[in-house]
Amino acid sequence: MFARKNSLLAYAWLFLALAFAGGAQALPQIQSWSTAGGTKVLFVAAHELPMLDVRVVFDAGSARDGSLHGVAALTNSMLGKGAGGKNADAIAAGFEQRGAQFGSGSERDMAWLSLRSLSEPDLLTPSLQLFRSILGQPDFPVADFKRERQLTLTGLEYQQQQPKSIAENAFYRAVYGQHPYAANPDGNPESVAALRIQDLKAFYRRYYVAGNAILVLVGDIDRKRAEAVAEDIAAALPPGKKAAALPEVAPLEKASTEFIEHPSSQSHVLMGAPGMRRGDPDYFALYVGNHILGGSGLTSRISEEIREKRGLSYSAYSYFIPMKRKGPYTLGFQTRTSKRDEALSVLRETLRKFVDQGPSAEELKAAKDNIIGGFPLAVSSNSKITEYLAMIGFYGLPLDYLASFPDKVAAVTAEQIRDAFQRRVKVDDMVTVIVGTQSSGSAAP
Amino acid sequence: MRGWLALAVGLFTAVSYAGSPVHEFKLDNGLRLIVKEDHRAPVMVSQVWYKVGSSYEHDGITGLSHVLEHMMFKGTKAHPAGEFSRIIAENGGRENAFTSRDYTAYFQTMEASRLPVSFELEADRMRNLVLPAEEFKKEVQVVMEERRMRTDDNPQALTYEQFNATAYASSPYRIPTIGWMGDLKLMRVEDLRDWYAKWYAPDNATVVVVGDVDPQAVYRLAKKYFGPLKPSHVIAPKPREEIAQYGPKRIVVKAPAKLPSLLMGYKAPVVLNAKTEWEPYALEVLASVLDGGDSARLASRLVRGEAVAASAGAGYDAFDRKETLFLFSGIPSNGHNVADLEKALRAQIREVQDEPVSAAELARVKAQIKADKIYEQDSIFYQAMQIGMLETVGLSWKDAEQYFSRIDAVTAQQVQAVARKYLVDDRLTVAELSPQPIDPKHPPREGGVAGHVR
Repeated sequence: MFARKNSLLAYAWLFLALAFAGGAQALPQIQSWSTAGGTKVLFVAAHELPMLDVRVVFDAGSARDGSLHGVAALTNSMLGKGAGGKNADAIAAGFEQRGAQFGSGSERDMAWLSLRSLSEPDLLTPSLQLFRSILGQPDFPVADFKRERQLTLTGLEYQQQQPKSIAENAFYRAVYGQHPYAANPDGNPESVAALRIQDLKAFYRRYYVAGNAILVLVGDIDRKRAEAVAEDIAAALPPGKKAAALPEVAPLEKASTEFIEHPSSQSHVLMGAPGMRRGDPDYFALYVGNHILGGSGLTSRISEEIREKRGLSYSAYSYFIPMKRKGPYTLGFQTRTSKRDEALSVLRETLRKFVDQGPSAEELKAAKDNIIGGFPLAVSSNSKITEYLAMIGFYGLPLDYLASFPDKVAAVTAEQIRDAFQRRVKVDDMVTVIVGTQSSGSAAP
Repeated sequence: MRGWLALAVGLFTAVSYAGSPVHEFKLDNGLRLIVKEDHRAPVMVSQVWYKVGSSYEHDGITGLSHVLEHMMFKGTKAHPAGEFSRIIAENGGRENAFTSRDYTAYFQTMEASRLPVSFELEADRMRNLVLPAEEFKKEVQVVMEERRMRTDDNPQALTYEQFNATAYASSPYRIPTIGWMGDLKLMRVEDLRDWYAKWYAPDNATVVVVGDVDPQAVYRLAKKYFGPLKPSHVIAPKPREEIAQYGPKRIVVKAPAKLPSLLMGYKAPVVLNAKTEWEPYALEVLASVLDGGDSARLASRLVRGEAVAASAGAGYDAFDRKETLFLFSGIPSNGHNVADLEKALRAQIREVQDEPVSAAELARVKAQIKADKIYEQDSIFYQAMQIGMLETVGLSWKDAEQYFSRIDAVTAQQVQAVARKYLVDDRLTVAELSPQPIDPKHPPREGGVAGHVR
């Protein structure tokens, strides 16, 4: 139950790295083509296990909400609640009686539907048919809509009792201001309560279209069958065009600190700013640099200073989330209130020193050894490969992204890291969010 | 939206086995080695499992196994504090450890040729841990922060901890793995030295390796690195069986929260102690009929259907080491309260007692378990985890192999029989989370410790 290091973040990172095994070759051979309707397909054949993973990704995350905050998430969760005349029970039973697993989800950028099935045709074919009808013929039943909307509101209440969620929501608001990334992807109580079923249908019609979709297939089928499956799935979607480009993210102009009172024994602290996008020219320098600063668990500087040397927090970390536009750069920890100010000044000092001086030669070598040596772990399960293909397809990264990854990491220099951090990470213009109880000291920078 | 009540239940409800053969070895010093080949990728996972966890602890030393797990990264003579993680990292490895009621385990996932690095370091810290006092002083603070984060500031986790300590009277399963805050505050490094000396030895450990390896070569490496370690003739813990329960127990947990929640647990046998061999498997099927997916009864009837629950779940783990709980959990939906949810759950329980489950439901559960058997092989970590967990609680990896056939043999009448026998009030504990205002002026009592801890 209790892993020793790790924030939830580090935990997630760990298990992404661990949930591997599969994929035949050390490096998956990615094949790509477009369907007749213009949907881009990414495919990896993996014949070792008699199973298939299917994922359809849309540019239909909450960044597309407009003023209807929460509409993207609710639209996504409604698709499996009624389709082609089948109700939610019939849909769920249709998959589960064949041992298939249906999933859906949405974040700020992406929304997706997924299917994992055995590849045996008697099981796979009917599951694909059902999946197809969820994609192309959702019914949006009124009773289910009202219930799902209410469940979203309950979920928002749940977030308000978790200091971590309170801090995250405030952090995005502060970092992104007027940008669509600012809003909670689940919406807010007022916006969700005001959503109407027509809003969901309109959102679905605009964004769940062939031209706005990426299709990923990984598993035990050959190219010919993959083409047929892809054509069949994509044909379920109405034609339509790609979503418009999102606005650029404005840089922060000055530092700010937001304090949110919450009766918790710990304070949760998040600090950061807009970071980088997928495909960013500084990606490798920032990624490798952050690995050293706060992205590699216990061996990173931030964890060393806050946890190992001082025993101040269970998890202290930093990470970039590269997105369509600049995703956040986040640094954080949680500690008992009496130690909050001390831990925060250690965090700021550690960041400042890293930005000023960059990494040492030994640190850079250790980071490269870790990332490159561990690379086979990252791409060796069907589920992990599916995630990577979705990312490569959605963000338009080159098909040799994985193949060239180790070389690009190896080419990063200490000077490039220092230069990239100095240009991109403005220590004095960051947002700080603190959730916890007041104490005598001031947490302001 | 799913998984609000991500409680520690049913983690292994779908244990099963398939794939390549398993190779079993035993060293002269008692260390067991289990190797499973998986050549799909040039990687391997190496795990060391110790028979110790919070159910081996007693009042006054709760949390000791877990703090010791943290301290296992704080150095030996050959490899001082921090080196373990540094060496694994420079070899491209991912590593961590976990402690539960029944086991403590350490793992490294690496490119397959790096196995000797893992074995050398694990063998070293199996017997040669230094446990420096100054490192302990800091690390126990880290664990207290972990407790605050996971439990004290999380009203549902706090409720689960109180529920668990109420359901069990004499069984060590009442002990929270993270430990009571009072015990953490008074823990001494000497306590850890004693605990380490008592349990960390080759004759109390199982090493599991899954991946792109040759079993004979792994055996040779194990002999080289673990072979020289001295056994300590570990004495198995006393059974400490749970005393009889004479009626339902019920508690209310008041904590700052927005949403109420409900836990209902019925004492139930496990594979290790069941007098009737099929009963734990019938209980597994029962849990899946109720909560084995979105088409299962609780999702279909209580979350959709009656819409009395925002979330509702059932869980049971046949592979716990000791008598366990068949657990129901849920959050009432808006407009309903905990009493409504309890009534609805009890109606579902009555139905599985009064009527056999349908053929379609049984077929669905079995189809899912059969498919999961394939899906699980996508993760060498999960495969190793199944083997290590079964071996460490006192079962065998062969139980995973036979899991599907045992589930497949379960009948509707057997499911009904276990529901009638075990889902009865005299075995029941109920806990309700009663939300209190989220008032920053009234922070919770730290660690749930009433009064003062010096």
